[in-house]
Amino acid sequence: MKANRLAVEGFINDVKGRNRAGVIWHLIFQASTIVGIIALVALLLNIINGAFGYVAFEARVDPASLALDGLPLEDQSKEQLIALLQSNLSSGAFSKLEREQPFDKRSREKLYQQVAERIIKYKVVKVWDLWPSLTQVAQIRATLAQEYPNAQLKFVSWLTNDFITRPQSSEPLTAGARTAILGSLWTILFTILLAFPIGVGAAIYLEEYASDNWLNRLIQTNINNLAGVPSIVYGILGLAIFVRSLERLTSGAVFGLVDPTTANGRTVLSAGLTLGLLVLPIIIINAQEAIRAVPQSLRKASYGVGATKWQTVWSHVLPNAMPGILTGTILAVSRAIGETAPMVVVGASTAISFDPSSPFSKFTTLPIQIYQWTSRPQAEFRSLAAAAILVLLVMLLSLNASAIFLRNRFSRRW
Amino acid sequence: MTTPETNGKYVLEAHNLSIFYGSFKAVTGVNMSVERNKITAIIGPSGCGKSTLLRSFNRMNELFAGTRIEGGIIFEGQNLYTPEIDPVEVRYRIGMVFQKANPFPKSIYENIAWGARIHGYKGNMDELVESSLRQAALWDEVKDKLKQSGLALSGGQQQRLCIARALAVQPEVILMDEPASALDPIATLKIEELMQELKQNYTIVIVTHNMQQAARASDYTAMMMIDDNRAGTVIEFNETNVIFTRPSDKRTEDYVTGRFG
Repeated sequence: MKANRLAVEGFINDVKGRNRAGVIWHLIFQASTIVGIIALVALLLNIINGAFGYVAFEARVDPASLALDGLPLEDQSKEQLIALLQSNLSSGAFSKLEREQPFDKRSREKLYQQVAERIIKYKVVKVWDLWPSLTQVAQIRATLAQEYPNAQLKFVSWLTNDFITRPQSSEPLTAGARTAILGSLWTILFTILLAFPIGVGAAIYLEEYASDNWLNRLIQTNINNLAGVPSIVYGILGLAIFVRSLERLTSGAVFGLVDPTTANGRTVLSAGLTLGLLVLPIIIINAQEAIRAVPQSLRKASYGVGATKWQTVWSHVLPNAMPGILTGTILAVSRAIGETAPMVVVGASTAISFDPSSPFSKFTTLPIQIYQWTSRPQAEFRSLAAAAILVLLVMLLSLNASAIFLRNRFSRRW
Repeated sequence: MTTPETNGKYVLEAHNLSIFYGSFKAVTGVNMSVERNKITAIIGPSGCGKSTLLRSFNRMNELFAGTRIEGGIIFEGQNLYTPEIDPVEVRYRIGMVFQKANPFPKSIYENIAWGARIHGYKGNMDELVESSLRQAALWDEVKDKLKQSGLALSGGQQQRLCIARALAVQPEVILMDEPASALDPIATLKIEELMQELKQNYTIVIVTHNMQQAARASDYTAMMMIDDNRAGTVIEFNETNVIFTRPSDKRTEDYVTGRFG
């Protein structure tokens, strides 16, 4: 544009300068976004790098020596495998296996697994991450031939079906995350059962019923502050209340469901309630936001036809706030799933191989399991941890996806 | 309310009514009577307390603004502001239409039926919906899309839907708070024609900014103005044609002739 307008006294019309400043800020914002994305990608790559790769393992007993009349182990029948187990295991160990589950009820694959675990006893001697496994195969083979001439090399994905369905074990090749996954799900169930009704109820009270006085303002301020309290503090609270004070309740002793001599309060129920307390303020705040977002004109319309407060809340406020309430709840719950510190305090077990089956079961959770595996000295457990992290991420992503799904679904109610 | 129907000439009477927001006196010393089956308009400049006064007629004020009143409002011979009166019942018998059309985010059918249902209506709901929509002059436009959202209608249709919704619970009085202020002239005209129909069966009180609307549509007009203490009051209340042709108060004359306000 030609500068055909005369300069107006008192104005410095520096459009170019203002635009320049705008461009600089634009670039700064873009850069922050890119840094965030890079950090996220690096995180994901790091996990994936650990979850796949070459594994070198040796067998205590050469599988070839277990061939039966020239029939290789892989092709032997169920009965032959049972016989093999019987002849190679001590009678005590064999009958213990039989007691856990009768052999004739087990599938051939399961028996083969037992043979591999108890007779052949594969042992990991070295693991490689995904990146060296892809780029330095020749070097890996050379190292292997030199250091472990008897070892076999195999490319494995640590994240497999078996990993998800097998219980915890001290042997990395057979360890799985099922115990931890079930523990997390059980815990989260009680978290939701506690936090959702109480949280939504409190939000309704604070938004719709509570009058604006100093007491309610104090409560509101406290809820906001509680949302920022470090999770370890909730862990200590849960330890004091649920694990210790309410031990008879949380251990199930009151209901007579457990053996009172071994029962203690370090159960799924205690952990779920502790996490429930942890996310309760977040759920209240999110639900309040959602309720506040329901337009006042809707309430007026409802009162205008002679509805009571409860009819207004139930028929108009809640249905319209529900998508927001659900989204907030699910996001709060995904935070709870990833919590580690309070679980350590309320006593999640680290090495446990049986599944939680009731509110009064001992348990471990995925983050605890990950923490425990990463703190082991052997590299193969870090690969297991990477696989478990992937499982945890998938659980979180599916929760968030269901939040979006529910929001869209409830928004199209009519 | 257990009062026997008095069937007197006046449905609503304000006696020396003052309305307070906290310690602030928003409306002071109002005396006016709303005649049965007539349209009574409340006019006046912005902020003079027209809507506050209107909302005090069905105790809507106290829900949102936290107001209290002095003086009294007599509805069918009974003071509305006594402890034994349930405000929910007041709002059931004195319906309301708001400035901004606010249909429920539900189907057109549900918009009408919900109010009747919460009051325990046991009759034929389809008939009630149809007759309410017919009374609101909306039936022909929506009869094929009763299951569609009330929010999908045009602004004028939404406002008539709100009127139909108010009619469905069979109120005795309908309060209208600038019902046509957000509508174009054609939709406004429809609402005004509708009011003339409705006054056969209902008593209507309407707040309006639009003086032509008050002059055209109402039987009685209350002129409100702010006094020296910033409290609004009714300075003149009379038949509409008197207010607009021979007002006794100079301020009313200035206002209705457009000299200020």
